[in-house]
Amino acid sequence: MTPAPDPKITAEIVKAHGLKPEEYERFVKLLGRAPSFTELGICSAMWNEHCSYKSSKKWLRTLPTKGPRVIQGPGENAGVVDVGDGQAIVFKMESHNHPSFIEPYQGSATGVGGILRDVFTMGARPIAALNALRFGAPDHPKTRHLVSGVVAGIGGYGNSFGVPTIGGEVNFHGRYNGNILVNAMAVGLADTDKIFYSKARGVGLPVVYLGAKTGRDGIHGATMASAEFAGDAEDKRPTVQVGDPFTEKCLLEACLELMASGAVIAIQDMGAAGLTSSAVEMGAKGDLGIELDLDKVPCREEAMTAYEMMLSESQERMLMVLDPAKEKEAEAIFHKWGLDFAIVGKTTDTLRFVIRHQGEVKADLPIKQMGDEAPEYDRHWIEPPKLPVVRAADVPAPKDLRAAILKIVGSPDMSSRRWVWEQYDHLIQSNTAQIPGGDAGVIRIGPNKAIAATTDVTPRYVEADPFEGGKQAVAECWRNLVAVGATPIAITDNLNFGNPERPEIMGQFVMAVRGIGEACRALNFPVVSGNVSLYNETMGQAILPTPAIGGIGLLDDLSKMTTLALKQPGDVILLIGGHGSHLGQSIYLREVLGREEGAPPPVDLAAERCHGNFVRDLINARQATAVHDVSDGGLGLALIEMGLASGLGARLDPLDHVQLFAEDQSRYVVTCATSAVAAILGKAAKAGIDAMRIGEVTADARLIIGGAASISLGELRGIHEGWFPAYMAGEL
Amino acid sequence: MKSAVVVFPGINRERDMMLALESITGQKPLSVWHTETELPKVDLVVVPGGFSYGDYLRCGAIAARSPIMSDIRAKSLKGLKVLGVCNGFQIITEAGLLPGALVRNASLHFVCRQVKLRVENIRTFFTNRMAKGAVVSCPVAHGEGNYICDAETLARLEGEGRVVFRYAEGTNPNGAMHDIAGIVSETGNVIGMMPHPENMIEPLHGRTDCRPLFESLLAA
Repeated sequence: MTPAPDPKITAEIVKAHGLKPEEYERFVKLLGRAPSFTELGICSAMWNEHCSYKSSKKWLRTLPTKGPRVIQGPGENAGVVDVGDGQAIVFKMESHNHPSFIEPYQGSATGVGGILRDVFTMGARPIAALNALRFGAPDHPKTRHLVSGVVAGIGGYGNSFGVPTIGGEVNFHGRYNGNILVNAMAVGLADTDKIFYSKARGVGLPVVYLGAKTGRDGIHGATMASAEFAGDAEDKRPTVQVGDPFTEKCLLEACLELMASGAVIAIQDMGAAGLTSSAVEMGAKGDLGIELDLDKVPCREEAMTAYEMMLSESQERMLMVLDPAKEKEAEAIFHKWGLDFAIVGKTTDTLRFVIRHQGEVKADLPIKQMGDEAPEYDRHWIEPPKLPVVRAADVPAPKDLRAAILKIVGSPDMSSRRWVWEQYDHLIQSNTAQIPGGDAGVIRIGPNKAIAATTDVTPRYVEADPFEGGKQAVAECWRNLVAVGATPIAITDNLNFGNPERPEIMGQFVMAVRGIGEACRALNFPVVSGNVSLYNETMGQAILPTPAIGGIGLLDDLSKMTTLALKQPGDVILLIGGHGSHLGQSIYLREVLGREEGAPPPVDLAAERCHGNFVRDLINARQATAVHDVSDGGLGLALIEMGLASGLGARLDPLDHVQLFAEDQSRYVVTCATSAVAAILGKAAKAGIDAMRIGEVTADARLIIGGAASISLGELRGIHEGWFPAYMAGEL
Repeated sequence: MKSAVVVFPGINRERDMMLALESITGQKPLSVWHTETELPKVDLVVVPGGFSYGDYLRCGAIAARSPIMSDIRAKSLKGLKVLGVCNGFQIITEAGLLPGALVRNASLHFVCRQVKLRVENIRTFFTNRMAKGAVVSCPVAHGEGNYICDAETLARLEGEGRVVFRYAEGTNPNGAMHDIAGIVSETGNVIGMMPHPENMIEPLHGRTDCRPLFESLLAA
C-alpha cells in the first residue's frame, strides 16, 4: 500500500486545523510560500492553545518560579526541587479533560500515562500519583458512567505501571455536565546530579525513537483539546489515544537503565502532538536543527503518511539524542525490554526542522518559530464583578442541627471517597506513610525522611471571586501539607478554564493567576511546573474556573508526621485561628439552605503563614497529637473527619451553626495532652494568634456538641461512607 | 536461606518483596530475569506481584509459559520451595503448580485495602512461626483475586488442610470460594496467596503482622 496523496490546502482545511486566518497568514509569511499539507499539520499542532500557551503565556510569566530549592522551573517536562541529601523531587500535573469526556477509561488512563512519562523522562522513578477530578451533577445522566470510567482508567494505568496513587479530589457540579476535568499529577524521585533535560546538544548526533510503535491514534488530539465541544463530542472518539501501561512500565525501566549507562544526551517524551512536538522542542531549546527520516519510524499500521506520523499521539514513545559511542549498548537495553529502537534522524546546525519521507521533503520549517517563538496573544479581559459578602446574621440556623450535619456528611461533595481510592493501589513500593483520606499523602524517601503531596482548589470560590479563589487554592494546599507535619516546598498548577476569547473568562483566568501568584509569593511556595487547559466549554457553557494546585512538602523527620485521627481519650481539642463568621459560598449554605451565593472567604496570607508556622512548630515539638485543617464544611466537618478516622469521639463546648459551618481560612484543629494546653495557648497569645480550647477527645464514640446534638460515630460513618457506593450502584 | 525473585516484564512488586526478604531473612535475594532457562541454586523462589505482560490475554497466562517457568516447574517437583504472591499466585496457578484459578473480583473492581487473614495451616514453610487460627492484618491489591476451583478440588483442599490463609471477619474482598486467600500444594512446597505480606512488615505500614511469615522461612 502507498500512502494517500496529500489534499490541497483550502480555507476549510485551514479552519479544520484550528488555525485562525490571521495565524495561517503569519505562517505563510514565515515560510515565504504556501505550506505543504504536512507543514500545515505541524503548524496546527505546535500553535494550538494546548501546546503553545498563546493566550496564557503573558500571565504565566508573572508567577514566582524561583526559590532556594528550585532546580528546574516551568518549561521542561516537569519541575524539579532539591530535598537535600542529593535527592530531587520531580513533579507535574496535567489535564486530560476533553479525551476523558469522550472516552473516560482511555482518556484518563493516557492522562496518567502522559504525566508519568513527563516525570521519568527527567530521570526520576515515579513514587506517587495524585489527581483532581471534577464531574457534572450526580443526577446528570452521563455522570455515573464518566465517574466509573475515569476511576477505572486512572487505576488501570497507575496500578499496572506500579505507582501508588496517594491523593486527590473528586467533586460534582452541574457546570461540569458537558466538560469534566481529569487532572493527573505524578511525583518522582531522582538524584540531583542525574536530572535529564530535553535540550539537544551537539551537531550530527543520532536522534533515536524509542518505545511503542506509531499508529493512527490520537491524530489531532492537541487541536481537539484546544476547542470547545459543540455537541459533537462523540464523533471525536477516534482522536483519543489508547494507553498501554505494560509498555510504559517497560519503557520506564529501559529509560532508567539507559540513563544510568550515560548514553543519553537529551530526552523528550512524545506527548501532545507526538513526534512533532518532541522533535521541535529538543531542537528549539538546543538552538539546533533536526532532520527526520520517516521511513525509519516504527509503524504499526500500513501506508501511514508523513502527516499522520508527525501528528500521531500514540502513547508510550520517547525521542532521544544519544551519544553515538553508546548506540549499541542503548539498543541492547531496549531490545531486552521488548521495545522498538530506531535511529530516525540527526541534529543539524541549520535551525531547520526537515522531514523526509519516501524520497520527498515533506516539511522544511524554521524550528525556533515553530517552538519557543510561536504566536502569543494579549487577550482582552474584564474583571469579574465582586459579589456581596453574606452576613452571618442573614444565614438562618438549621431547624434541626443534627439533620443538617447528617445532610452535609452524606452529601456528594463531602462524603467519603473510599469507593474511589480503594480502586487505586496506594501501597505499592512499600513506602506509603499516609494513605488517601487524610490532609495529604505521605511517601517515605529515606530511612526517616518523606515527602507529602496534595491537590487542592475550591472552584465555587474561584467562580465567586477568581482572585481570592486563586489565593485560597494555594493556601489550602499549603495548609494541608503543614497539617501532616511537612514544610511546603513548591507547587505545580493545572489551570482549567473556559474559552479565553471571551473577555469575562479571560478575566477569571487573569485574576486567578494573580491570586495564585500573590499566595505563592507570600508563602514562599514557587510554581515549578504546570499546564493550562482552556476552552472547557460545551454549547457555550463554561466550567467553574478550576485552577488545581498540586503541592509538595518535605518531612525531615518522618517520626514527627501527624495525622488527622484523634489519638487518646482525654486529649484536649484546640482551634487555631479562632471561630469563623464567613458563610458565603459555604457548603452549609449550599447543601442545607440551597443557596450558592456571596463572596467566598478571603485569605489573609500573613495570618495563613503565621498560623501554619505555629502549627508546624507544635508538630516539631511533638506537642500536637492530631492535626486537621478546617476547609469545606467548616469546623464541624473537620471534627467529624477526625473522629471517623480514629473511632474516638469528641465532647465539644456549645457551638452555633455559624461556628460549626463557617469556612474562614487559615485555621486548624489540633489536639494535645492536657498537660500541654497552657503552654500552647500561652505561646499562641504571645504570637497574637487566636487559639482556644473547644472540647476534648472521648472514648465514647459520639460527637457531642454542647446540649444541641449528640450523634454516634457509627451513624456518621454509615452516612459518610454510604453515599458513593450507593450512588455508583444506581441506588440514589 | 537463599532466595530468588523472578522478574517478568510488567512485574512491579519485586522491589517490595526483595526488601522484605532481605530485611527479615538477612540475605539479599537474587533477581532472575524471565528469559533465563535455569534457576540459580536457592532454597526458595518467589514469583512476586504485578501485571506481568500487562495481564493481557489472562492474568499470569503469558508469564506461565516463559522460559524460566519450565525450570521452576521441574525443580518444584523435586521439592524446591515456591511462593507466588498476587500476580505470582496467578502465574503459578496458570503454570499448573497449584490447582484452581483466580478470576475477576465479584465487585468487578480492583481493590486495595486492608483485610484480615486467618492462618489455617501452620505446618508450612511460610507459616511455621504463626499460631493456628491467628488472625493478622494484611493488604490486598488486585482486580482478579477471586479463587475458584471445582467441587472435588475444593473438597480435597479443605480435607487435606491445604487452605493456608482465609479471609476472616467478613473481609473477603473478591468473592473467593470458602474465603480462600492462599493455598499450598499437595507436596507442601508450593504456596500461592493473593494478599501482600511484604507490605505489612514495618511500623511505617501501620502494623508488622506479617513479619512472622517471613521469619518462618528461616526455620523452614
